[in-house]
Amino acid sequence: MQTVKMVVTGPFNAGKTEFIRSVSEIDVVSTERKISSDTERIKETTTVAMDFGRITVDDDLVLYLFGTPGQRRFDFMWEILSEGMLGFVVMVDSTRPETFREARTILETFRAYAPTPYVVTANKQDREDAWELEDMRIALRLDPKLKLLPCVATNKESVKNVLLELLYSILAEMELKEKGK
Amino acid sequence: MALKGNLRDFTITQLLNLINLARKTGTLIVEGPNERVLVSFRDGKLAYAQAGQEDNGLVAVLYRARRLSANQSKALKERAGNMSDKELGLLLVNANYITQQDIINSLQMYFVGIVNRLFTWVEGMFRFENELLPPDDKITVRVGLENIIIEGSRRLREWEQLQDEIPNLDMSLKFAERPGANIRNFNLSVEEWRVVSYINPKNTIRQIARATKMSDLEIRRIIYGLLQAGLVEIIRPEGPARPPVQQPSARPTVPQPSPEEQKSLINRLIMRIRSI
Repeated sequence: MQTVKMVVTGPFNAGKTEFIRSVSEIDVVSTERKISSDTERIKETTTVAMDFGRITVDDDLVLYLFGTPGQRRFDFMWEILSEGMLGFVVMVDSTRPETFREARTILETFRAYAPTPYVVTANKQDREDAWELEDMRIALRLDPKLKLLPCVATNKESVKNVLLELLYSILAEMELKEKGK
Repeated sequence: MALKGNLRDFTITQLLNLINLARKTGTLIVEGPNERVLVSFRDGKLAYAQAGQEDNGLVAVLYRARRLSANQSKALKERAGNMSDKELGLLLVNANYITQQDIINSLQMYFVGIVNRLFTWVEGMFRFENELLPPDDKITVRVGLENIIIEGSRRLREWEQLQDEIPNLDMSLKFAERPGANIRNFNLSVEEWRVVSYINPKNTIRQIARATKMSDLEIRRIIYGLLQAGLVEIIRPEGPARPPVQQPSARPTVPQPSPEEQKSLINRLIMRIRSI
């Protein structure tokens, strides 16, 4: 049995756990704890080690989705989770511009861990106070060629679209490498 | 959709950069602790600005730019009545009282001044209203944001440097004990003398700023100059040292499986995810 993994990362409360929950065939193995800091108490619990979801492809192949903890004090987990990943998704909460800088730092940190393809997703695009994608691209200083995808992490089709776009990017990069040889 | 947030997280420089690159049209509303500022843009260029209840009528702007004397300004205000800025502007140009370029330059200087003030704001909420445009009767300008951003960044750097030197305004000052130094021998400006007259360990810098009606930036600039000249010393409160800034560590990358294997694997993953 071969297993492959993709990582879902992003700042605190970006929607990583929901994202994995929407497509995982098993109940997400979540390591959530009650939040102790008042400043971060915008939700009741947070991921402290990782979230873990699974999609069985066939008898020989399983895809694991790992969600990283959002709080910086658990960032020692990031590198462990990034080892051997096919690619990663950086989730950004479109309604919280105060997290954009953090998202940018996380993106750069993961790029340093492994130069794998990645996409950025603007979560909570169904909310009235969500920033527009093009404004977010500028604010996050993303390359115009980089995929910045709208997303609603609780919506399965939306999550599927993000994962497919990441896979298309992985495939495109492989083909580019082949042509280069 | 909304473009709103807090200046603590998203600075004015970043906002102007965004408005410039996205060529936005609309009005940016920034609500600080003491003042509300509206700045309007057309196609990513500065068009108009209004700071709090400050008089931004044409006569007031021309007076501030020293294009009108106090008497001229007073007379025009009395005679203009309900005349709009556009009507008044035309009248002044046709009467050869002032040139069109004078009006544009004065308005540009005034609007840019308001934007420049925003650069030192660290607290405040902002929102961008696409539908909100300057009042029809006001004269608008068209100023590219690039130079404003560059100048603003310079001011921000100066502000940060001043903040490092004078971390808060609740500290007091005392005259430096330097033998032979006499403050009367220094060439100080009027503003500097006004500040010097309040220097006393009992007065905080904030109190001096209030008494001399200076902004945070202005008082910091003057105190910084006095500190550099060795004329005054800050009475610093004792406190814990700042923790060192942590940098994210970069670790070696992980080896990838062969491309052929991966390509087939990715196609299988795509098929599977499509079928979920």
